[in-house]
Amino acid sequence: MHFIVEGYPAYAYTGGRDFDPALPAIVFIHGAAFDHSVWQWQSRYFAHHGYAVIAVDLPAHGRSPGSARTAIEALGHWTVALLDAAGLERAAFVGHSMGALAALQTALEHPARVTKLALLGAAVPMPVGDAFLAAARDDSPAALDMEAVWGHARLVALEQSGVPGTALLSASRRLNARARPGILAADLGACNAWRVADAALARLAVPALVVAGKRDQMTPLKAGQSLAARIPGAKLVTLDAGHAMMVEAPRAVLATLRDFLRD
Amino acid sequence: MAHSGPKPPHPDTLAVHAGQGPDPATGARAVPIYQTASFVFPDADTAAALFNMETPGHVYSRLSNPTVSVFEERMAALEDGVGAIATASGQAALHLAIATLVGQGGHVVASASLYGGSHNLLSYTLPRFGIGTTFVPAADPDAWARAITPATRLLFGESVGNPSVDVLDIPALGALAEQRHIPLLVDATVTTPALGRPFEQGAHLVMHSATKFLSGHGVVIGGVLVDGGRFDWAADDRYPTLSQPYAGFHGMVFAEESSTSAFLLRARREGLRDFGACMAPMTAFQVLQGLETLPLRMARHIENTAKVVRFLAGHAAVARVHHPELEDHPGHALARRLYPRGASAILAFELAGGREAGRKFIEALGLFSHLANIGDAKSLVIHPATTTHFRMDDAALAAAGITPGTVRLSIGLEHPDDLLEDLARALRAAQK
Repeated sequence: MHFIVEGYPAYAYTGGRDFDPALPAIVFIHGAAFDHSVWQWQSRYFAHHGYAVIAVDLPAHGRSPGSARTAIEALGHWTVALLDAAGLERAAFVGHSMGALAALQTALEHPARVTKLALLGAAVPMPVGDAFLAAARDDSPAALDMEAVWGHARLVALEQSGVPGTALLSASRRLNARARPGILAADLGACNAWRVADAALARLAVPALVVAGKRDQMTPLKAGQSLAARIPGAKLVTLDAGHAMMVEAPRAVLATLRDFLRD
Repeated sequence: MAHSGPKPPHPDTLAVHAGQGPDPATGARAVPIYQTASFVFPDADTAAALFNMETPGHVYSRLSNPTVSVFEERMAALEDGVGAIATASGQAALHLAIATLVGQGGHVVASASLYGGSHNLLSYTLPRFGIGTTFVPAADPDAWARAITPATRLLFGESVGNPSVDVLDIPALGALAEQRHIPLLVDATVTTPALGRPFEQGAHLVMHSATKFLSGHGVVIGGVLVDGGRFDWAADDRYPTLSQPYAGFHGMVFAEESSTSAFLLRARREGLRDFGACMAPMTAFQVLQGLETLPLRMARHIENTAKVVRFLAGHAAVARVHHPELEDHPGHALARRLYPRGASAILAFELAGGREAGRKFIEALGLFSHLANIGDAKSLVIHPATTTHFRMDDAALAAAGITPGTVRLSIGLEHPDDLLEDLARALRAAQK
């Protein structure tokens, strides 16, 4: 379905159920140059287990038109506008990578609107290498290679896929390749530039979960451990997966989110 | 500026390893054969979630099986596709592709030079279900463009035609497919990913008969359908099976469920579920055994074929040899461009003396096996007009590049000198 957010239609996958704002809501936010479908193996479950699910396509991503936000702060504004458009006073936020930063920004700026916060494949700060930024700025295929290969556990193609019959690297690269020119660069630039003071993290009172991949090459395990240590009461779960944990370990991610969101 | 990114493993490595680490349950290094119809659910909630596609996993081996998945993932990796579905045969893969995309009143534009079984399906069987096909010359992209109607939902050809050995201009047809927004399905059985990758050339879907070079030893019947993940099924209303709610699965809109794998979701959740032409785990194991040596074998197939082509082309008893290796073959330049390592271990030739000479030739061969197959480790021979393509009339035969005297060879892995000696003996016998 579509909501009108900051003047433009915003596509949201609702997990195969009609959206009901009366139910407890979960907002899923994807990472750089991806779309809602990265949550395919988690979002549908919650929609069929008593939650209102909004797995968004961020502006200029997937089925959402508009222009890309070039700062995480702007994404934080947009997510609150999304809640308003959906008629939701508050929701749990689940974000991956850049989406985790957007979710965290929302919780920092609008804590009353966020019931729970799940950060997957997250690092704060989230520095992006110069070579990656430059390749993305030039819309080079090398940027897609970096996003795909570093975005999964090393040699993931040589393992049985978390999603039977799917080649995770190729599937991820194809999804990134669908992004409009400039989108990856805008997203990576936003991740690279965002800063938050540890003191701000220390004031965060929203129940938080950090899910870190033991084989994450993009936001390494240590970054996830560090982030969890800086958020009061945050729960840390480590999984045998790389950065693309929602497809590398889909059932473990689902079980982790289920335990956290149901508590 | 030039950028350089990390790359996935090379095809030779993927052929040996893709989709399979040591078995998590036992540590088995070889692919275990999960010879089971069903898989136990850990709890009722997971059972319901698996049935409703809320979580991935195996339920019933008609839909998916761990051994079969290894083959699917290995093929998807080798083709650089987003995923694959293994099928009971190559024919089942073709049927699955068409049935997923085309319905009553739909139309296919296909190459005229197809494997006889594919021609049967398109020409005789699918019209009974309201799906028509226009056959066009494989090497004439303008003819393909002219044959497209408002009802056309699929373009289909063989990377290298069997047995005519003509070369499909995948880049030109891929561009046409993009322009008209109709997916291009390529049967890459003859070339395999070891010689060329159709997605890189412009195809949207790829299918193989795994019976042939992929397994490589003539011991199994199997097929596979791979999705390149590039086609936007929701861009217009021509692919409602993917862009509209499906009553057969709780109103699921496959193109919303997955932006890149919608085709495979529907093909598995409808096509495998309802038509049931799945691959057996034992078959997948046997195909995987062959697939591990695919790059090595294809190199030897091609090397042997080049020697046979040169020998036949210079032989007085041979009227004409059809193979892209030869400069007078219409697909010679295209084959050099698309398949620099070689295009085909299949070749066809015309014997001076026509049908009767062909009969004598085939019966005089000792090392070549006279049978209906290609892509075996053993060298094979057949007379298409009386066997694989016998249902086609003379006009259709001619369009497929077959005459009454055409002989098809599939060159195996024997020592080339032994193959040439056998051919020389049989050619002498054919002239008597």
